[in-house]
Amino acid sequence: MLKEYLNESWEKETDAIRNGFGEALVEEGEKNKDIVVLAGDVTESTRCNKFAEKFPERFFNVGVAEQGMAAIAAGFGISGKIPFIASYAAFSPGRNWEQIRTTIAYNDSNVKIAGHHAGIMTGPDGATHQAIEDIATMRVMPNMKVIVPCDAVEAKKATIAAAKMWGPVYLRLVREKTPIITTGKTPFIPGKAEIFWNSADGKKKKARLPQVCIAACGPFVGNALLAAEALEREDIGSVVLNVHTIKPLDEVKILEMAKKCGAFVSVEDHSVIGGLGSAIAELLAKERPTPQEFIGMQDTFGESGNPQELIQKYGMSAKDIVRAAKHVIKRK
Amino acid sequence: MTQEITEDKLKFIEDKAREIRSEVIKMLTESGSGHSAGPLGMADVFASLYFHILNHDPENPNWEERDRLILSNGHICPARYAAMAIAGYFPMKELWTLRKIGSRLQGHPHRTSLKGVETTSGPLGTGLGQAIGVSLTAKLDGKKWRTYCITSDGEHDEGNHWETAMFAGKMRINNLTLIVDRNNIQIDGHTEDVMPLEPLRDKYISFGWYVLEIDGHSPYEIISAANEAKAVFERPTVIIAHTIPGKGVSFMENNYLWHGKVPNGKEANIALEEINKKRKNA
Repeated sequence: MLKEYLNESWEKETDAIRNGFGEALVEEGEKNKDIVVLAGDVTESTRCNKFAEKFPERFFNVGVAEQGMAAIAAGFGISGKIPFIASYAAFSPGRNWEQIRTTIAYNDSNVKIAGHHAGIMTGPDGATHQAIEDIATMRVMPNMKVIVPCDAVEAKKATIAAAKMWGPVYLRLVREKTPIITTGKTPFIPGKAEIFWNSADGKKKKARLPQVCIAACGPFVGNALLAAEALEREDIGSVVLNVHTIKPLDEVKILEMAKKCGAFVSVEDHSVIGGLGSAIAELLAKERPTPQEFIGMQDTFGESGNPQELIQKYGMSAKDIVRAAKHVIKRK
Repeated sequence: MTQEITEDKLKFIEDKAREIRSEVIKMLTESGSGHSAGPLGMADVFASLYFHILNHDPENPNWEERDRLILSNGHICPARYAAMAIAGYFPMKELWTLRKIGSRLQGHPHRTSLKGVETTSGPLGTGLGQAIGVSLTAKLDGKKWRTYCITSDGEHDEGNHWETAMFAGKMRINNLTLIVDRNNIQIDGHTEDVMPLEPLRDKYISFGWYVLEIDGHSPYEIISAANEAKAVFERPTVIIAHTIPGKGVSFMENNYLWHGKVPNGKEANIALEEINKKRKNA
């Protein structure tokens, strides 16, 4: 059953993850004068416009120049500022990977990278703009932390947390409106995965021991919850784990789930190579080998279409998660 | 603050430049790998910076009010390391650890390894951007320190450099001085053969910069240009320093083959003899 700290009517209420980011910039920017924001000619669509209006002296539009943006931010970060850089994930960290590696990650500069319009959810713009590799390319860097908020509320918390923690952070954000799953009461601690659904919770008659852990991140946490409900209707217990921080991964919680459930389905709007699923599999292979199925882009580029159509076509819907869950349970 | 430059001071700086060259040859020979031409060519610029232009404190490398020197072309770091050691940032004998395991003197400079190198560099084209970020921090915080950035000429092939050059022009960043090591060589040959940069002066002017061109082996010209840059309020300033790669060692001078290799023991002895001879005659 759904955890009490979540939004009961999450299936009906939506907001864009990027909006949470924009709100946090203004709120935290008010409190902390060291926050500066750099945008690469996509100020409004990355929701930096309100910060830009309110704190024009701390906002810098670098033009369509993601490499320069990363290097300039690195300079701010090593001289005491807390720079956020905002562009589309396909370009930042897509185009400026080396600048991020050398001048931000290795240099240990206090830069926060906001990769917007991530994943297949970017829809009609097509595969050029659907970053499905960014979790992989960011988590592979030493010193880099990777956070993938599941909704607008969590994105706001994640952005504030990123501003407060030392060092390079990658925030992965989404354009489309997605379900508002969390509330002000939902715990959010970077590096701590949260259980959003546990079939063992409910009243005694309804309680079922979980047979699978559905570990999800980003906007697909909603699909994971729908899948858990569907499994319950078929009398299959499950846990849904919101793994908002891919790095550092909550190893304790994931191993606890491996012990409790004995099977995993990872769910992400990202390639199945190198993302959340890989991070979990790397841990499980080392500490507690456990069957796992991977929901995500199966080593293929996307295409234009509306997000829901694309989710169906590329096998990342709630139905696909249910199928994967049943399959992985059989593999135990 | 920059002091009035006297004949004695100029001689002192020239002597420091020779000392840098001498240490560079010894370090590179000991390490067995690295770049020779660039560090030798920029010895006079580093000597002028560390022994006159920069407001800094070797005993307190994190001093908040210090001028910042961002080295974009990290591969010429042996010259910077030598200048820093001579200035007193760390013991001279540590120069011998260059490129060796456990050393603070990484093959390309790394900020968190060695205090005073200010940033991490090596992959080309990112120094100016970082220097801009540092300069803007000073402006936001109302700080008086100045940012200096050294780039090679070859790295002007990088689009990244021009992205940030354009931004510096837009922002009229006047607390930043860029020094270009215009030695006309890069790994594959002469810059004008590999990828022509001329007219470099005009390129910078069109990007909104104030341009000075100097003899990069004249401490007097280097210091005068650095002083002039401080008086330019409307634009960022670039000093195009014309240098001879391998300067001070006859068989390395102007030979691009010495860009990315180091002398063997025999070559090093000849090189040191030449450098020290000039030192004695000075």
